[in-house]
Amino acid sequence: MSSVAVTAQTAGRGAARAAAKRRNRGSRATRSAQRRPGWLTYTLLGITLLISIFPLYFTLLLGSSDPTTIAQNAVPQWLPDASLFQQFAEVISSTRINFWKALTNSVIIAVVTSAAVVLFSTLAGYSFAKLRFRGRGPLLVFVIATMAVPTQLGVIPMYILMSDLDWIGKLQAVIVPGLVTAFGVFWMTQYLSEALPYELIEAARVDGASMIRTFWSVALPAARPAAAMLGLFTFVQQWTNFFWPSIVLNSENPTLPLVVRSLQANFFTDYSLVMGGIFLVTLPLLVIFAFVGKQLVAGIMAGAVKG
Amino acid sequence: MAVLSPTQPTHRRGDPGQRPTRRVGFSQRLGRWDVKVSPYLYISPFFILFAITGLFPLGYTAFVSLHEWNLLGGQGDFVGLENYSAVLAQPVFWKSLVNTFSIFVFSSVPQVILAITIAALLDQNLRAATFWRMGVLIPYVVAPVAVSMIFGRLFADDYGLINELLGLVGVDPVGWHSERIPSHIAIATMVNFRWTGYNALIFLAAMQAVPRELYEAAVIDGAGRARQFFSITVPQIRATIIFVVITSTIGGLQIFDEVRMYDTYGLGGPDKDWMTTVVYLYDVAWGNQKNFGRASAVAWLLFLLIVVIGLINFLITQRIATSGPKSPKVRRRHTRALLAEARSAAAAGDTPHPQARAAAGPPPPPTFPPTTSTDHREDRR
Repeated sequence: MSSVAVTAQTAGRGAARAAAKRRNRGSRATRSAQRRPGWLTYTLLGITLLISIFPLYFTLLLGSSDPTTIAQNAVPQWLPDASLFQQFAEVISSTRINFWKALTNSVIIAVVTSAAVVLFSTLAGYSFAKLRFRGRGPLLVFVIATMAVPTQLGVIPMYILMSDLDWIGKLQAVIVPGLVTAFGVFWMTQYLSEALPYELIEAARVDGASMIRTFWSVALPAARPAAAMLGLFTFVQQWTNFFWPSIVLNSENPTLPLVVRSLQANFFTDYSLVMGGIFLVTLPLLVIFAFVGKQLVAGIMAGAVKG
Repeated sequence: MAVLSPTQPTHRRGDPGQRPTRRVGFSQRLGRWDVKVSPYLYISPFFILFAITGLFPLGYTAFVSLHEWNLLGGQGDFVGLENYSAVLAQPVFWKSLVNTFSIFVFSSVPQVILAITIAALLDQNLRAATFWRMGVLIPYVVAPVAVSMIFGRLFADDYGLINELLGLVGVDPVGWHSERIPSHIAIATMVNFRWTGYNALIFLAAMQAVPRELYEAAVIDGAGRARQFFSITVPQIRATIIFVVITSTIGGLQIFDEVRMYDTYGLGGPDKDWMTTVVYLYDVAWGNQKNFGRASAVAWLLFLLIVVIGLINFLITQRIATSGPKSPKVRRRHTRALLAEARSAAAAGDTPHPQARAAAGPPPPPTFPPTTSTDHREDRR
């Protein structure tokens, strides 16, 4: 991957595409020499896939049913039906759930933190990977060391800080602590040190670009593939985050995971409503996954770390 | 030329003879200042924000833990280690630790085994490879709280799907919400559901970096598929296995979401049978006690525990890394050759700078998956 990125920088995007194509053709040629796996592989993978999907399908089944049936049947029915939409409508319109507010909040938090993590990580990663300055080595070691630190355990002073700032119940209480991650800096440093040739930086500098201009027009475009992956992971992580938001936010100003808690607290007797709500809460990220799942897979395989 | 200095090799920077001019105009001074200050400017947002939101709270937790401190009353008297002795005297604290470890064991061991198996299935010449890879990743986008609610129903004591399935094979219903070990298994299953596919993809990447010549040699020596798997694949991806175990340890000791949503009260059941330490921390700080001092003591104890386990992990890793068979050496040499190949191909002639490679700073921690070898293997294909 990295050498394609270098080609894109040095010889233009068209050449990079051609290089990638050549490479793929080569790999396909060697691969087709391998034998195709048999039905057993596909059966086992099929079972894995079923297990991955079934819990979500199960929410649709329970959402189509009614509490009495659910209480007495492990699987109330095998196909979802139209009554599902009644549950959706009820969840969305319920005044105790604040669904739209939660959706907006989740979008704001995930978008702002992803953008910030990408920007700050790329800045720091560029500096660590390509610029010379005193203390660079020790500082980078420090970043790597902090990746293993469970900052989640600092919740109590964070809470004290947030209440001193009068931020309890406000979105910035979730956004500000999410603006930077040590992993992001490490990830961008790794990527840029391989994908960005010194010649390009020098060329920009000779042409009279200032340092920030060089970053903006040379480093940032080169960092795009890794930045996209980092952004995606931050997005998913913030979208599914529950621990900290559940401490500083409340049901008047929730995120989607907090909606799950409200559903349970308010409607725990009505399982079909709860499950319909859970499907609704999961749906936005599923839709996004349909479009970017391929990039997520590539990101994990390029060495992403659990958030 | 002077403005170039940060990206020049060091020997040239120190040499005044190379400088074309000694005239220092305003813009030039500005340019030099730009070069000097910019690197620090670029890393400062990270360090400032991380200090405020990451390091300071963690350190301040120690301060809070030495005081009487309540949610409503705020800071009280300095009490020394009293909070610690109070926490350590609580049976619930110890119970939560045992629960955490138990859930962790039930989640990590099957998860690693399953993930390696799935990765081995995926590491073949599959049709629609991307489809299958995306398929195993679907659970990752489901929020843990949602997973917990769904599995809470699947693991229901009465008329739950799992108990019904067990009934089909003649097993009596299990009290997933009333017995200790079964509840741990149920919670571990939720963790496994969300992370197995993710880890499988990490293992898959590692498997694809294994040099194919090793398999060819094994085939010539008459090794079967199983033998190849245990004698080549598993030793070759050892570093990645350790990496996954370590990350899942750090995550596994902080399980919270799953327990919070497993029943209506979310505090680990009537007898705290499945209360984890982080849930205990939450309960002490924001539950009935509202005691920040004690909760901070819990946080700090858990932090120390995670650090100790991390160190043990690290030492074990070092031993395995040094006492392992010859295979890592093979890989390293292989990687280096590929690196050289990729470099020369990319630079088309002159190698940029000797520092270019070292620019990544110190090598990544030994536990990081061998990403470079993955990349360059792709390059070669």
